[in-house]
Amino acid sequence: SVLLYYPMLKKRDDFEDILEERRTSSDLRYALRCYTPVLYKGVTPCKTSVLKSMVLQSDQLHYVINQVSKESGRAADDVREEASAILEEMAHSLQLSTVRFFAFMLSKVFKTLFRSICVNEEGIQRLQQAIQEHPVVLLPSHRSYMDFLLMSYILYTYDVALPVIAAGMDFMGMKFVGEMLRMSGAFFIRRSFGGDKLYWSVFSEYVKTMLKNGYAPVEFFLEGTRSRTSKSLTPKLGLLNIVMDPFLKGEVFDVNVVPVSISYERILEESLYARELLGVPKPKESTSGLFKARKVLSEDYGSIHVYFGQPVSVRSLAEGRVNRCQFNLVPRHIPRRPSEEIQSFVNDSAYRLVRAQEENMVLKPWVLLASLLLQNHHQNRAAGQKPGMALDELTTQAVWLRDVSRQYGAFLHWPGTVRVQSRFYEHVFNVSLCVIAGEQGGPGDPRSTVTPEEELLSQAVVVLSCASYRNQMLHVFVRPALLASAIHIASSNQKQEVFNSFSFLRNMFSSEFILCPGATVQDFEEACYLLVKTGVLQVTQQEVLVTERGHRTLAFLTSMLDPFLQGYQVVCRFLCEEDTETLTEKQFIPAVRKVSLCFSVLSSDLQKNALAALQRLGAVRKIKGYVGFHHPCVPGWLD
Amino acid sequence: MNVLSTCAASACQQAVCRALCSVVTKGNIVGVPVGTHPYHKFEIMKWNGWGYSDSRFLFNKKGQAEFTGKRYRLSGMIIPGLKDWFEGTFGANLQHKTPPTPLLTNTAVPPATLNEAFVEEVKSTGIPFSHDAEDRVFRAHGHCLHEIFALREGKIGRVPDMVVWPSCHNDVVKIVQLACKHNVCLMPYGGGTSVSSALECPPEETRSIVSLDTSQMNRILWIDEKNLTAHVEAGIVGQDLERLLNESGYCTGHEPDSMEFSSLGGWVATRASGMKKNIYGNIEDLVVHIKMVTPQGVIEKSCQGPRMSTGPDIHHFIMGSEGTLGVVTEVTMKIRPMPEYQKYGSVVFPNFEQGVACLREVAKQRCAPASIRLMDNEQFKFGHALKPQVSSIFTSFLDGLKKFYITKFKGFDPNHLCVATLLFEGNREKVLQHEKQVYDIAAKFGGLAAGEDNGQRGYMLTFVIAYLRDLGMDYYVIGESFETSVPWDRVLDICRNVKARIIRECKDKGVQFPPLSTCRVTQTYDAGACVYFYFAFNYRGLSDPVHVYEQVEHAAREEILANGGSLSHHHGVGKLRKEWMRDTISNVGMGMLKSVKDYVDPNNIFGNRNLL
Repeated sequence: SVLLYYPMLKKRDDFEDILEERRTSSDLRYALRCYTPVLYKGVTPCKTSVLKSMVLQSDQLHYVINQVSKESGRAADDVREEASAILEEMAHSLQLSTVRFFAFMLSKVFKTLFRSICVNEEGIQRLQQAIQEHPVVLLPSHRSYMDFLLMSYILYTYDVALPVIAAGMDFMGMKFVGEMLRMSGAFFIRRSFGGDKLYWSVFSEYVKTMLKNGYAPVEFFLEGTRSRTSKSLTPKLGLLNIVMDPFLKGEVFDVNVVPVSISYERILEESLYARELLGVPKPKESTSGLFKARKVLSEDYGSIHVYFGQPVSVRSLAEGRVNRCQFNLVPRHIPRRPSEEIQSFVNDSAYRLVRAQEENMVLKPWVLLASLLLQNHHQNRAAGQKPGMALDELTTQAVWLRDVSRQYGAFLHWPGTVRVQSRFYEHVFNVSLCVIAGEQGGPGDPRSTVTPEEELLSQAVVVLSCASYRNQMLHVFVRPALLASAIHIASSNQKQEVFNSFSFLRNMFSSEFILCPGATVQDFEEACYLLVKTGVLQVTQQEVLVTERGHRTLAFLTSMLDPFLQGYQVVCRFLCEEDTETLTEKQFIPAVRKVSLCFSVLSSDLQKNALAALQRLGAVRKIKGYVGFHHPCVPGWLD
Repeated sequence: MNVLSTCAASACQQAVCRALCSVVTKGNIVGVPVGTHPYHKFEIMKWNGWGYSDSRFLFNKKGQAEFTGKRYRLSGMIIPGLKDWFEGTFGANLQHKTPPTPLLTNTAVPPATLNEAFVEEVKSTGIPFSHDAEDRVFRAHGHCLHEIFALREGKIGRVPDMVVWPSCHNDVVKIVQLACKHNVCLMPYGGGTSVSSALECPPEETRSIVSLDTSQMNRILWIDEKNLTAHVEAGIVGQDLERLLNESGYCTGHEPDSMEFSSLGGWVATRASGMKKNIYGNIEDLVVHIKMVTPQGVIEKSCQGPRMSTGPDIHHFIMGSEGTLGVVTEVTMKIRPMPEYQKYGSVVFPNFEQGVACLREVAKQRCAPASIRLMDNEQFKFGHALKPQVSSIFTSFLDGLKKFYITKFKGFDPNHLCVATLLFEGNREKVLQHEKQVYDIAAKFGGLAAGEDNGQRGYMLTFVIAYLRDLGMDYYVIGESFETSVPWDRVLDICRNVKARIIRECKDKGVQFPPLSTCRVTQTYDAGACVYFYFAFNYRGLSDPVHVYEQVEHAAREEILANGGSLSHHHGVGKLRKEWMRDTISNVGMGMLKSVKDYVDPNNIFGNRNLL
């Protein structure tokens, strides 16, 4: 059973480039072509107004409206008005004409930006089948604003039912564009509505009504927001809870969840992200901003790979895990906090689904190169050597890493007989490569007017951009890398020792990487399995031994985690050396940045994760916005 | 008071028992039993299938289905649509037959382990008994699929070692005393219609197992017209009870689908439910007084007050005890004057959802007719396939016209429509009024009245459907029904999910053909409904079809429970559903029941191991 989990055993589908046809035939005809998707059990699509009234008349909402009215003393009609207004603000108004408009426009844009958009057609067929049999939830990975337009574009192309998409309220700030997105199937939810019962109720009922009746597949981003680092983010559970609920309560026989992996060769927001991570605020979503951003149109963003994964049946996920009888004793329309059993089930499922996304992410050669260069960069810095590595050296290492990655189950896209040639340098992150490779210059025009801070910033941008490529392959190696580091820091070869170190590291990094809480043993076994299978380790009942030929891989794996370990060390050291007992979170990030010379620690992502880890380990305490910490508890080995 | 039987309980021995002498063997029964059921049931009933030997479905030489015998309305008729439906639904083929082992071979029956001392003492009481293989095999099973399947294959497991036929309460007292004295395991046997493995002998039982057949305790002892009650011996079967009461102008109105064969004692022991419970109530509403013989003695109440506040009702320890505590010997039951007027009816709905909504509304307004049942689309088609050959061109023309009206004019989709069957009872005026009320409600849910014939046929089918399973088993098709009760808001969900689960499980378990997975709502209550599932499949290509069947049924029951359905509405738990009892009634509940068992029957004399 554990074996099923190992990605390397999976067989993957082939890709088709959907832009190819777009380059040879009329976009207008494409946008106007006959579009007749098949829906769940042949239901007819439902008008937005009908959908809204179904939601407003639902038992659940009725109950909550009365409850809110009783608690607040407001008239029920008044509360109902509010609910109706919330729904108005939220609801999508999918229109085929808008979809056609987007189909036309996006064809133009995509052809300019991308070399190809590759889709696994077998995945589309599976999806098509799933939609007819069960309500379907689409879960794409989230790296770019492009994601959901791209999804709808692909589904339109293949005549698959268009999804309704949960989008953040931020888009609503964009006049006109917000409405356009709404008409292409987006519905808008506020970023936070913690205590607002009525809002939650309208929202969950709205999603469930669409899902249960099979009017449209529901799409949302499990990671909640775009990952700025190209690492998968810890999944958010709210919406997943909502879409699983109809199955758990028996309102539908099953729900199928389809993880979709969207891999960009180069992300549109690439440099924006790096700057954001370094504290340059994210520009507010606005129509004019979008207009200004049109300059991206002149650049080459390579290709996109979209892989529609195997539909996952929520029923089979829940089999033997959830006792559905727990819903027998209270009317199902009365909202209740999910039981612990359900929460842990949804949480585990979420991690599983994020892993399913990761497994089918396509990795380009640059990802491997970036990893190697970054490692080299770090090692050189540590040794105080001149940065850079020889091209031949890089080539040999890349070929080595390619083979290792394949062994570990990476989904590589290695075009033909790639040799390291000049195109590599011209490619997407040429500038980054140059800097890391030790060439002078850096981003933009290297005029001498730059201050040292700016110099540092621009270098950091490059390192972080580069790291975002490296991060794309972290999921392949994270467990073996944790084990490699655990072996490195463990005081002996005793299996138990190694496991303890592994467990500690894993716990430490559980906000940093996708590591499901409570799955330490499985992860350890998986890591052992992979490293034994690839001949790096010999694991006996008692001991973990490194083989002769395993050292190289092991060294690679440990250095993969090094930047993170160093980053966390810096944070710890900072906290220990800081004089004040408490500091606010707002002060924390810039303060850490000041003391640090390590580029990776400049990333606010890492800082937040480190803080979260320290909090989890009990070294730091959070007091209403302040970070309090106990000096002695900072784990000693980090120093 | 009208004493029907001249044989009062105390005098019965002289009248009947003596005449029967000691050991009853085939062919030498003296005296004609009052009831339908003779000592040797296999003389009129199938030993390896349902019901009377003379009544069965078969495909004749022309390949047409017909129903043999003279007992039923359908008897002797040709059913032209059945073959196509059968082949179409199951992918079955008349060329592929699976006939049963024709005769019971005595060598297949394990030899009886007799407790000689017990046998001797029973002999001295003059109570008839037998250890013939046929008698013992007949009482070793109910009508679960696996039981009948095994019999058809000639496979016999552990069977009772001996059958005794008490003729009255006192006989039972004697037998129970002797069983306690000699540590013999007793298994009460009524009509043998159990579908919960309740009659299966526990294989681990090492003592001699004695089947206590109540079939000869079948008299109505008195009728009290002032209080409208009748005092009846518990072995009487439903059809005899009704027939005898009818002779005096009364009825109990308790009509479970098995009423031809099931017994009053069995109803009490399993908490039975009757088709017309909306007027007459279920068994727990019908009984006024129960007498049961247990190893600790006789349990009964001291009066016949219509309701009492005297602690937990001891009747509720008896009802549903499934033969684990003792033998119900006599019951005082409510009776009603026979209804003046009966009228069948039916309503066609555009889909199942509307039908359920209508039933819910009828229940809400508390105006349910004596019976109201809603069949889903598959069952509607099934019922349609069972229409006997019509005699005149005119009838078939009318049928065609009806079909045209419903599907074309009213736009009902033949693949979605479903039908409710109705039975009204009472005085003529009220029935007509009631009928209008129900049809008006139905109209609000898009229901169209579809005539008395359809309704009547629907009810007739409930009696012959069990015979159909035997036909299926002749052609590689096995199936079964099971039931549950569920709150109203979950009716649609449970129907959908359980049917889908059955289909999925069949596929997963390697069944080569799509199964028949269908349901109907058979009873309405204020707070919910009783749902019946029918499930059958063609098992060609499977090496162990019964095992597959059991796995699917198990999964279906899990699904029922996960969807808020009960473990059973009226079939009982037996041994088949025991594993879910603890979850169903909680640990404390189990403890309560166990402590009752421990007190009443510390040596597990009533050792059928049902329920707990």
